[in-house]
Formats: sequence, structure tokens, C-alpha cells
Amino acid sequence: MSTPEVTNDPQFKTSRDQVLKQVWSQFKGMRRGDSGMVPIVIGIVVLVAYFQIRNSLFLSAGNLVNLFVQATTYVLLGMAEIWLLLLGDIDLSVGYVSVLGGASAVILTDTQFHWPWYLAILVAILVTTAIGALHGALTILLRVPSFIVTLAGLLAWEGVLIYVVDAQGTGGTIPAHEKVLYDLVNTNASPLVTWIFFVVCVTGAAFLILTRDRARRASGLLVQPFVITLIKIVTMAVVALLLVLVFNTNRGVFFAGHRTNLEGMPWAIPVDVIMLAGGTFLLSRTKAGRYLYAIGGNVEAARRAGISVNRYRLMAFMLTGFTSGVAGLLYISRQGGVSDNVDSTLVLYAVAAAVIGGTSLFGGRGKIIHALIGGLIVAIIYNGMGLLSITASAEYIAIAVVLLAAVAVDSLARRGSEVSR
Amino acid sequence: MTNSPESSSSLTPSTGPTEHDDSGVSPSLAPLLQLRAITKSFGAVQALKYVDLDVPAGKVTALIGDNGAGKSTLIKAIAGIYTPTSGEILWNGKVVHIHTPRDAEHLGIATVYQDLALCDNLDVVQNMFLGHEEMRYRTLDEITMELAAKQVLADLSVTTVKSVRQKVASLSGGQRQSVAVAKAVMRESKLVILDEPTAALGVSQTAQVLELIHTLAGRGIAVLVISHNLNDVFAVADRIAVMHLGTLVSSGPVADYDASSAVDLITTGESARNVSPMAPSS
Repeated sequence: MSTPEVTNDPQFKTSRDQVLKQVWSQFKGMRRGDSGMVPIVIGIVVLVAYFQIRNSLFLSAGNLVNLFVQATTYVLLGMAEIWLLLLGDIDLSVGYVSVLGGASAVILTDTQFHWPWYLAILVAILVTTAIGALHGALTILLRVPSFIVTLAGLLAWEGVLIYVVDAQGTGGTIPAHEKVLYDLVNTNASPLVTWIFFVVCVTGAAFLILTRDRARRASGLLVQPFVITLIKIVTMAVVALLLVLVFNTNRGVFFAGHRTNLEGMPWAIPVDVIMLAGGTFLLSRTKAGRYLYAIGGNVEAARRAGISVNRYRLMAFMLTGFTSGVAGLLYISRQGGVSDNVDSTLVLYAVAAAVIGGTSLFGGRGKIIHALIGGLIVAIIYNGMGLLSITASAEYIAIAVVLLAAVAVDSLARRGSEVSR
Repeated sequence: MTNSPESSSSLTPSTGPTEHDDSGVSPSLAPLLQLRAITKSFGAVQALKYVDLDVPAGKVTALIGDNGAGKSTLIKAIAGIYTPTSGEILWNGKVVHIHTPRDAEHLGIATVYQDLALCDNLDVVQNMFLGHEEMRYRTLDEITMELAAKQVLADLSVTTVKSVRQKVASLSGGQRQSVAVAKAVMRESKLVILDEPTAALGVSQTAQVLELIHTLAGRGIAVLVISHNLNDVFAVADRIAVMHLGTLVSSGPVADYDASSAVDLITTGESARNVSPMAPSS
């Protein structure tokens, strides 16, 4: 990878294109299906290295934390999409639905209602889940593709959002003053709590992996060699350690003679981790999750196996709504409120996050962890381009290129994994 | 549910109730499945006309006939997808009513359709347990299911499927067929219906599947096979039943037929050669 020489715009574009092309060819060259993670991780490393070289602030603690916080929204929105992508469906309205949920919470706490935060959050989640159920009901009962139903939703809920926000009479924006809502993203847990959280996460995960391996060994089933498991656990621990160190670094700036104290992880991080863990459990350990994969893989086979297909499809739509609601709460927290002018690219980033992470648009293939990886990649590009003061147009093009590459890779992997009979 | 070979089949016909049944044969010797005058109409079209068929346990019955003869319709009537317009189905000598696929499943009838109904994105274990997963504390009991799947495949002498954790998409046609059959057998089925099991398979894969069919019958399971391929039919069948334009024109032990008489019956519905139509079930 050549060190980019930037003196004027055309050269600048070329070197960035070179890097992006390199990322793309990494994706293309991966071994079909199985080693899905490796090229994506390589892609992340490449992107990070590129941005760090261009602007050494990229890997600073302050920027990294900012990046993770930006990622939390994309990760959750990507997760919201995955429930439906697994079925071969899609939800084009997640962007507006999530913000509508967040708006509901803000309106209930900060305007004339003055509801307590827990009720507001509950209502917000209920609203988005109900919207998801509505989409699901329409898709199933009318037998209309989810693409169309949620496209209608995209337009309808945007209208509702604008109406609801404007109806509060605050001139089109409603700031979120309520402490809990605001603190979700903008306040940090103490460094001690950060340590405890990550230690618990790593030991919990290690415990689960080790007990499962032990149970398999006891039953005489094939298990990954212990060395591999050990490497996995150690890698997890190292990553967690690095994260804790980043979060606990004092990111405060010097101002008027003294330094503000800014350390610990933002509360958005554990929210995300819990959602990811819950989602992973649902998909990999429960019947419901299994049936989502089956329906996405071969709906006729699922039906013949006695699975009530429509019930699980509705469940997936509601899960999408639920996850969007949580994403919306984080979104309005980060924005410090809600306005009637919402970023309409949110849904694109949501789908991009899910697909870049490895979820297939054709159904049947995907894991919750894909949302984490894809969301991180989207955030890295978004954050890095922000640091490089790249124009919005170039940013869109870059994300589009990466999305296209990811879909192409998905399609190739799908073709490669089928054996000719 | 771990499936031990002994519990899932009976090598002798099960003893039914002692009251006299419709077939005129004492219940303990009645064939497992008996169809009596089964008729199925779709509006003005009569797809099945008064079909009488016996399918005994422990034997392979081949159902042959040209396209449109009514083979698939008959299978679907047994499997509960269609309900016959008239006629009776007897199971172990007793009249039964099969209105849904679940009814057929409860009786112990398992059907392996031509498209196999497998999910390509799931592995062998997940496919074999689809819809009937083993649970432990409300989560999937992967270990029990994996052990059971391996056991069933071993019992059926399916050696070609190396790992039960590989995705079904990466299996060959014969392996997929074996998995589909194993899935049917796992439900302690007494009758397994196979719709064109060798249609898309090559030579060695066909041999695999025919071997599997032998094994099933050897375990006392009644096997009903639809096939176009007379070579396969004569290789594996104990009994043959021929359908022609919705009627069962002939049935009997395989020894009563040869390739030419079979072709005659398929194409014209009658044969001049020495085959006795509607031979008594043996």
C-alpha cells in the first residue's frame, strides 16, 4: 500500500480509490464461505491504518471512543435489519421508525407530559415494536413483499415523525434535557465499572465456551482443538483489555487552566453489548432462532416440518421494531434531542452494516456478530472521513463502494459454497 | 429422543385388535397399509379411480406408472395432503382418517418428496431435527441431537456423510437423499414413502440409495417407492403396483413381472404376458 501523496484533489481521490480497491480485492479473494471473518478483519485493519496515516488523531482515545459511540447506532440498526434479512425480507423504514421511537421518549419526558424516564423508554420501545408488528401483519396478510410495505413505511413514518415533532410547537427541534435519556450516550460509567463490565463479559464468554467444549468432549463429539479455543479466549481478553484501556484513558481537554475529567465507557456501550448478547442467544440457542434460519433457507421445507411460518415471520418483524427502538434511543441521546430533519441515509447504513458484516440479502445466512463488525466498519469510514474533512459526496461514494463490494462478496460466496451434483 | 433400532420397528406385523377387520384377513396378518377403493376427484377430473393397494411391512413396494397415472396423487392421499373423495384407508386393519400431514405423521407415515424439503443453509443435524428439536432448559440441546443424528445414520449404514455438521448445501445428491430418508426414519416411522428417490442421481449415488431402501425394509419398515426407472425398481422392489390413468391395473410380487410386461402395463394398462392382475398380497 503506497503512502499517499496529497497535494491536490485528483491525487487524493486516486490514493483513496487505491486503498478501497485493495479492500475490495481482499473481500473477493477470500475462501468461500468459511473464513468469512478473516478478510473483514483484514479490511478493518487496512481502513484503520489508512486513516491513522492520514490523520494521527484517528487512533487517539478521544476519537476512538467517539467512533465506538457512533458505531453503536449503526450496530443496532444493522442488528434490526438482520432479523428480517435472515428471512429474505427487508425493512426500509428502520431509520425513521427508530427516530420516531426516540422522539416518543423525548416528547414524553421533555415537553408538557413530563413523564418519568422509564415510562418514556417503555413507550418508545412499544411504539417501535408495534410498528414492526404492523409491517409484519401487512406483509403476511396482504402477501405483499416486505420491501414495498416498509417502503411505504419509510414515507409514512417520516411524515408522522415530522408531524409529531412539529406539533410540539418548539420550532422543529426538541432537545433532550431529561437526565437518563441524555446520559445514555453522553455520560460515562466510572473506570472501575468499565473494568468490572469487561472482566465479567470476558470471563462469562470464556466460561460458556469452555463448558460447552467440555460437554461435547464428554459426549464423544468432535471439538475444536483446545489450542484454538485458548487462542480465541486470549484474543477476546486482549481486545477487551485494549478497549478498557482506551475507555479509561482520560480524554478530557485542558480548558481554562485545568483538565476536565472524561474517562470510562459511555453507557451506550453496555447497552449495545447486552443487545448483541441477547440477540446472539436468541438466534443460536433457541427454537425461534433456528426456525428463522429454516424459513430463510427453504420456506417450503420449514412448512412441511410443521413450523408455523407466519408466526415466526411476525416475530422477526417485531424484533426489528424492538431493536430499532433501542437504536433510536441511543440516536436521540447522541443528537441531544430530536429534530424534524432526520438523516435519510440511516436505513442505508443499517443494511450496509448488516451486509458488510456478512449477512446475506437472499436470506438464510447471517449472525448478530455481523452487525457488530459491519457497524464498526461503517463507523470507521464515517469517522475517518470526518477526520479527513472529506465532503459528504465523497463519503457517500466510499460507503457505496464498500457496500457493493460486500454484496458482491456475498454473492460469490454463495455461489462457491454450492457443490455441483 | 435417541432412536434405538429395536424400538423403532417391528419385524413381525403388529398385533391389532382381535375384532374382524374389513380385509377378511385376521388382524395380526393384515398388511400395514391397505387402500380400499380410493377415489380422488378434482372437480370433473378423476385422478384416482377405485384404487386397491396393499403395502406390507418389511417389504419394498414399487409404485410405477406413466406421467399423469396418479402416482403422486395417491401418495399425497396417503400422506394427508389430499383427502380421498371416497374409499377407505386401513392401518393395521383398522379404518383411519388422514386429513392433514400431521395425522399421517402420528400414524407413523413419513414422506420424502422429490424436492427433499431440506434447508440448504442448515447442517445435517439441524435438518434432521427440523420442527422436532430436542430442548434442554428451553435452549436447543445440540449434543443430544448430534449424537442421535449420528446414531441414525450409522444404523442406516450411511457412511458417505462424513460429518453431521456440514451444511446440506455441500452434500451430493445421494447424500442429501440419505439425509432426507434418515430424517423420515427418525420419527419412528412405520411406513416411508419415497417419491422418485433416484431421479437425479448418478450410478454410485443410486446404488447408495437403493442400499438404504433395502436396509429400511430389513428393519421391518414398509417402504413405498415411486419410480420411473425400471432398472431400479427391479433391483430393489419386493412387490410392484402399476397405475394407469388413475386405476391400479396390476399388483403383485416382483417375480410376476418382467421389464416388458411392466412397460406394457404402464403404457396400455394391460399385458398379454403371464401376469395375473390384482394378485393376492403375499
